Amino acid sequence: MYGLFAVFWKELADNFGSRRFLLLFILICLIGVFTAYLSSQAIMAKPEETPTEFLFLRLFTSYSRSLPSFVSFLSLFAPLLGIIFGFDAINSEHSRGTISLVLSQPLFRDSLINGKFLSGLATIALIFVSILLIVLGLELHMLGILPEGAELSRLAVFFLMSVIYAGFYLSLGILFSVLFRRTTTSALTSIAVWFFFTFFLYMFANVIADYVSPITKEVTEEVILKHTQVQNMIMRISPMTLYGETVNVVLNPSVRTLGLVFPAETRELIPTPLSLSQSLMIVWPQIVTLIALMLICFAISYVVFMKQEIRSV
Amino acid sequence: MKWVVETTDLSKFYDGIKAVERLNLRIKEGEIYGLLGPNGAGKTTTILMLLGLTEPTSGKALVYGYNSTTEPLKVKRVTGYLPENVGFYEDLTARETLRYIARLNGIPDKRSSSRIDELLKVVGLHEVADWEVGKFSRGMRQRLGIAAVLVKDPKFVILDEPTSGIDPEGARHILELIRKMSREQNITVLLSSHLLYQVQRICDRVGIVSEGHLVAEGSVDQLGRETAGESRAILEVQVEDLKPELLDSIRRIEGVREVSSSADILSIKCDRDLRREISKVIVDSGTLPLQIRSRDYTLEEIYIRYFQRG
Repeated sequence: MYGLFAVFWKELADNFGSRRFLLLFILICLIGVFTAYLSSQAIMAKPEETPTEFLFLRLFTSYSRSLPSFVSFLSLFAPLLGIIFGFDAINSEHSRGTISLVLSQPLFRDSLINGKFLSGLATIALIFVSILLIVLGLELHMLGILPEGAELSRLAVFFLMSVIYAGFYLSLGILFSVLFRRTTTSALTSIAVWFFFTFFLYMFANVIADYVSPITKEVTEEVILKHTQVQNMIMRISPMTLYGETVNVVLNPSVRTLGLVFPAETRELIPTPLSLSQSLMIVWPQIVTLIALMLICFAISYVVFMKQEIRSV
Repeated sequence: MKWVVETTDLSKFYDGIKAVERLNLRIKEGEIYGLLGPNGAGKTTTILMLLGLTEPTSGKALVYGYNSTTEPLKVKRVTGYLPENVGFYEDLTARETLRYIARLNGIPDKRSSSRIDELLKVVGLHEVADWEVGKFSRGMRQRLGIAAVLVKDPKFVILDEPTSGIDPEGARHILELIRKMSREQNITVLLSSHLLYQVQRICDRVGIVSEGHLVAEGSVDQLGRETAGESRAILEVQVEDLKPELLDSIRRIEGVREVSSSADILSIKCDRDLRREISKVIVDSGTLPLQIRSRDYTLEEIYIRYFQRG
């Protein structure tokens, strides 16, 4: 175990001391402060239009003027965070020639990759915690509101899911760092996957949905429903969709369903906010899938790394 | 006799290509053993198998009685390894590097700090202990590597090409360091090299590997005698005018084993010192010997002989 701790603390120190950490930290903090500032200004401008319930959570999800919400910014940038701390985890050890130095010490081989993964997760978690605290402080100052207990527990889930979402890309980066010996290759491949999930999958989903159930002029409800279902199913391959849906439900206690709903289904509903456990019930599949994706990705890199030849030349 | 290293028919194939084949290596406690051979002879592969970093295709390796494949952690606890072209974390200082290695060995900072100071003095890096390793020269890195190997207080040390890429003065310093650590702390050393000249001074025994086989083993003197054993003397003869008939008549002398010529120099291998007989034959053939020289087998010949044979 001491080997794992030694690697973990060294990598953590490396991460915090690195320029990439500083750069991303500043970037994400700026986004957090900026979006929170703008949405609180919007609330202050028309206080009578804003419901007072769960006001604090609203700061993360509401978008004002032309600027997207903090959550949608995060769903775009959290992957980069993961990739940046993962893409050179193993292959940089190879190219520096330090891998044989480390692995000739009496520690299990997996201590190295586990330590790197955990320190990456810890770094990401620390970045997210600091943003949440900064936003909290800003709101306290501008609006004079404090989050309630129910909001805090929802924020905790939001925080955990964000770490896991970034953790998926972290383990993806580590996987490519195990597979490719050049750091540039692994960085570009990771970015390509992120790009695919973020931008291209939506187009693919559309094309396939159009093919499966084309929307013509005389369209029925069933066709539209099927079209949307197909599209959603394909979109849910992407961790971004999974994360987006989860966070949307967790941060909006009034959201009860995902996807298309017929008016008849909602007629009898009383519009009260859900409890956290009820909200979690809605997105449970998404949460489990996201965790599974992260773990599977890490498991593959673990297995490949354990079987890899260690030759410095 | 307790062996530090004992391998039985150790073999390794990479995709069917032979790297090491049926290698039987035995190293005694306290000795400095040189594993010599050209690049690609299988030295590094052998070392990696001893440490359990690569699995042998067949055969087994024991280090201090521990099986390298099934108990690599026990092997690594008593063994220090300095890889060829060792890399360091460029932004750590020398002291931090050694501390990290100590932590990886489960040695708490409190216990390691005095040993690290001592080691930095031993390898002559105490004045640059707080420099980042990125600023170190090649020779300094190699000395840091030796310190890194010694942090865990090993009983057995493996050094892969410890002097390659280092100037002669630096290499001498490093070899001196190795000899000192072996003698003073009774550490068994296995060092691999393709530079027989450099390392023969400090090796108690050497093993020569070629194409994955151990082709010769023993002290350098012993190997020299074995090489010379086939013919006891070599004579180099320079003649004024070299004719083909002369070669034949020299070959006819009793006791001459082999005659070869390049330009006007004849190289003659014979059973005993035949200088008198040979000069007579040369004079009889109508030309004059300008120079006759008796020559010993050099290290290079030992080396060439075994490498070409493999």
